[in-house]
Amino acid sequence: MRTRSRFILTVMSFGYAFLYIPLISVIVYSFNDSRLATIWGGFSTRWYGELFRNQQVLDALALSLKIAVTSATLATILGTMSGLVLARFGRFKGRTLFSGMLSSPMVMPEVITGLSLLLMFVTLQQLTGWPGQRGFSTITIAHTTFSMAYVAVIVQSRLTSMDESLEEAAMDLGGRPLRVIFDITLPLIAPAMIAGWLLSFTLSLDDLVIASFVSGPGGTTLPMLIFSKVKLGVSPDINALASIIIAVVSFGVAIAWFVTRRKPDLS
Amino acid sequence: MGDAIQTKSEPWQRIAVAIPYLWLFVFFLAPFAIIFKISLADPILALPPYSPSFDSDGNSAMSLNNYAFLFSDKLYVITYLRSVAMAFLTTVLCLLLGFPMAYGIARASAATRSLLLLLIVLPFWISFLLRVYAWMGLLNNHGIINNLLLWLGVIDQPLQIMYTDFATAIGLVYSYLPFMILPLYASLERLDLDLVDAAQDLGATRSRAFWDITWPLARPGVIAGCLLVFIPAMGEYVIPYLLGGSDSLFIGRVLFDEFYSNRDWPLASAVAIILLMLLVVPIVLLQRAQARDKEQVT
Repeated sequence: MRTRSRFILTVMSFGYAFLYIPLISVIVYSFNDSRLATIWGGFSTRWYGELFRNQQVLDALALSLKIAVTSATLATILGTMSGLVLARFGRFKGRTLFSGMLSSPMVMPEVITGLSLLLMFVTLQQLTGWPGQRGFSTITIAHTTFSMAYVAVIVQSRLTSMDESLEEAAMDLGGRPLRVIFDITLPLIAPAMIAGWLLSFTLSLDDLVIASFVSGPGGTTLPMLIFSKVKLGVSPDINALASIIIAVVSFGVAIAWFVTRRKPDLS
Repeated sequence: MGDAIQTKSEPWQRIAVAIPYLWLFVFFLAPFAIIFKISLADPILALPPYSPSFDSDGNSAMSLNNYAFLFSDKLYVITYLRSVAMAFLTTVLCLLLGFPMAYGIARASAATRSLLLLLIVLPFWISFLLRVYAWMGLLNNHGIINNLLLWLGVIDQPLQIMYTDFATAIGLVYSYLPFMILPLYASLERLDLDLVDAAQDLGATRSRAFWDITWPLARPGVIAGCLLVFIPAMGEYVIPYLLGGSDSLFIGRVLFDEFYSNRDWPLASAVAIILLMLLVVPIVLLQRAQARDKEQVT
């Protein structure tokens, strides 16, 4: 095994370089003064300035954040209910269909989910007049639907790995089931719910294809705006935007890593 | 186990089941029924641009015309085959690169391991679109790779990498590599390395020890990883659009164009239904693999 470690080490170095060189190159070129994004024209931070003065970008960012917060919150509520139902309610009628419907959006190609949801909204509008305009509400519904599955998986695995004795004790002491859920179960699974919320928030901010399908005129999210710009080629202000996102994410993940590393593992 | 709060079904319990159930029914299952219905219609100039399922006399006006067309048109058949081939190639490349990486991570010391894993997960949290975009700056004719090769004197003319299938393959492997590494790591981490050492002490060659011990134990991870790469790669739209050429035939792209450029909703729906049919087997296999995995852990 020791003789093979050289091979492993080579592949690993290549693999990590493969994963990180594109990200590093974007950061480096975001400080490039030249408008031609691939020719080095000296150090400059002007693209960052232009980014923050671009009203289109700011509007799209605001819409994306609004959708991400709303859909992550809805997905956490619905996903926690689903996870709880699957882990604690035992058998009920239609359980197989329920868990199938819940996990399918996670593996469905985005073009299929996007197209089918759009056609559903169009049909719904014909029948009921709602949604009159596609945008915030339709994108939020679409994002909630695929995110709630992730929350449910996280919550369910937390619940199945958790000891049920606390809940049983509370029930034995005469606690009403609903009371037990709110006083015992929910506080215990709060970390899983927070993780689920964060994942849903990120998935929502990340989504381009489904949002493009179910959105209408005026409902331009940040990924949609970025896509319309990068279709035409490399652009320096997108380099700046990408660098900011990479910096924020790395910072957040690094903090999360240090916090969870210091704490002894509770689970 | 798993029924601590299970008493006789109380009203609030029924509500707790009903709300997410109803949501998924309306926003996930019903859309598939609708897409199937529209795939049986004909395109017409109206709003919405497809014919009703029943004519004015109440007779069924549904037909399989769109499906017949898709199977008879060479272009669509080639597009489906090429998408399968590209998704398969991506899966194989991800496995070849991902297996040694997952193995190396699983064998690293505890502190290094958590850092190495973090570096695999980190790109997940950075926008997918921007990560694909980053490759545009590298692969361009005037991009970093070409400039570097020109400067080194390896080539004297820029290589055309951008807008080729090669660029699409790089983008696909890059984007889906973490999906391969994580399940592989999960099964390799459970592998008891003493077994491998014992086999070698008893005289097994390294390759024999690998194929007889490591590979069978890693197989659940290999299966899950391959499916997690293959399924989304089949329907990919953004990567072939940005990195592949304008003639790069990918089923996700064709579906998008059919819907938006040609406004042929019924045909786009039929394209989606056939894509779904192609993916039913891998999706069911994945769900079975994950269910089995869950049983093993608990």
